[in-house]
Amino acid sequence: MSTVERVAAIAGVAESDLGDVAPKTSIQLQAEAARDALAEAGLTFSDVDALLSAGGETFAPSMAIGEYLGIRPRFTDSTNIGGASFVAHAGHAYQSIAAGLCEVALITYGSTQRSQASRSLGRGGGLRGPAQFEGVWGLPAPVGAYALAATRHMHTYGTRPEQLAEVAVATRKWASLNERAFMRQPITIEDVLNSRWISEPLHLLDCCLVTDGGGAVVIVARERARDLPKRPVWILGHGETHTHLGISSMPDLTTTPAVYSGAAAFGMAGLGPADIDVCEVYDSFTITVLLTLEALGFCGRGESGDFVSGQRTAPGGEFPLNTNGGGLSYCHPGMYGIFTLIEATRQLRGESGERQVDGARVALANGTGGVLSSAATVVLGRD
Amino acid sequence: MTERAFPVPDAISGPFWEGIAEGVLRIQRCQACGRYIFYPRAVCPHCTAVDLCWVEARGTGRVHSYTVVHRAPPEYRDEVPYVVALVELDEGVRMMTRLVDVEPGGVRVEMPVEVAIQGDPRLPYFRPTG
Repeated sequence: MSTVERVAAIAGVAESDLGDVAPKTSIQLQAEAARDALAEAGLTFSDVDALLSAGGETFAPSMAIGEYLGIRPRFTDSTNIGGASFVAHAGHAYQSIAAGLCEVALITYGSTQRSQASRSLGRGGGLRGPAQFEGVWGLPAPVGAYALAATRHMHTYGTRPEQLAEVAVATRKWASLNERAFMRQPITIEDVLNSRWISEPLHLLDCCLVTDGGGAVVIVARERARDLPKRPVWILGHGETHTHLGISSMPDLTTTPAVYSGAAAFGMAGLGPADIDVCEVYDSFTITVLLTLEALGFCGRGESGDFVSGQRTAPGGEFPLNTNGGGLSYCHPGMYGIFTLIEATRQLRGESGERQVDGARVALANGTGGVLSSAATVVLGRD
Repeated sequence: MTERAFPVPDAISGPFWEGIAEGVLRIQRCQACGRYIFYPRAVCPHCTAVDLCWVEARGTGRVHSYTVVHRAPPEYRDEVPYVVALVELDEGVRMMTRLVDVEPGGVRVEMPVEVAIQGDPRLPYFRPTG
């Protein structure tokens, strides 16, 4: 266990309604999740002095949630680095607490992309700036970019489609243990390989869901964490970065920026991959998981296909991964990162029921944003 | 139906698209550090210099990676399956393109390709060399 100083802890987590939430709106999802997460921490809106949010329909989501909940924060952050944003926000909350700027930070997210049918694979019309060189080719966004990374990984390391499928199958097994998961029916490797092509080498079942959903995370200063209703989950280390926006500019298609954010988080915590008991990583696509496991150092470069084989990441396996059922099977409202924090926290509290990893003391949550563009990592631990 | 995407040239990218109209693939080169740059920029991302010039690329390279698209954005649905690729030019820069004059099943990573400017809008497609 890490010996670093305890500065800030996750004190409350909550999901909103998930799946298809019509006629609820994204701001309502955030408000309901915020209320529930604060209730877990024994707090109310009036205790919150820092707001962090990304996504939704407004240009400045932390302003939107502040207005909606009647909160005037002393620290505000609408940083948007895609689906990694909320894990990055956890690091920002930690640092703002460490700097004495605030004591109770609220991170929120909400999306109604399924019920609003707002997800699209592309956009037409005139393209300006860097998009004029990528947007004209009909690459479906974002799946096509991840497919390009998968093809390169297969070429370089001999990774096979059935190894990608292992991830989808194992993740579905975890989802079958989670009553809130959207897809719970078990699937086989053959089911994945026989599902229709989306963008080769990725099949339908290599891709995340399209659902509604939201969540909230409350992070408090050490002094506040002493008398919480729930066991505090300490932030031991965090890191974030990005390496590109468009896939053409990715320095190495098989190396995600988690190589940097992970090293920073582990370094700060004084821990390494071998110390992690349970791992929650953004699984936008099966290839995202393989690349992230390598980037974080859980296995060597090119070894992720073998690493996940034999259902090693499934319930009962040696490496418990995405224990809520992930973006592949539990929920994926478009920017999944916040759910990695929620599930990691529940695992460390011992609240995950049938899917609980016995004796979990240290967890890792990793968000990925854009097209393998950004990464944010936190290492979490309980007392 | 969504309108098909087209590039909107700007002060920096203009010479690239003028080249495409003339049937020539041009990329930038930094006169300070000598490195090639794509996509076009106002400053060199390698050395911060601003004295960039345009050079004619050899127009050949290799397939760095590719995907066969089956589930396309709405405006491209009548063209599936098609191959979108990242091509690494001999000059070392990478660009997105579509591969033509090859069956999707015949594409390989590291396959040599050459530029094939065509279409409406006129764009730098690539095809197998030779």
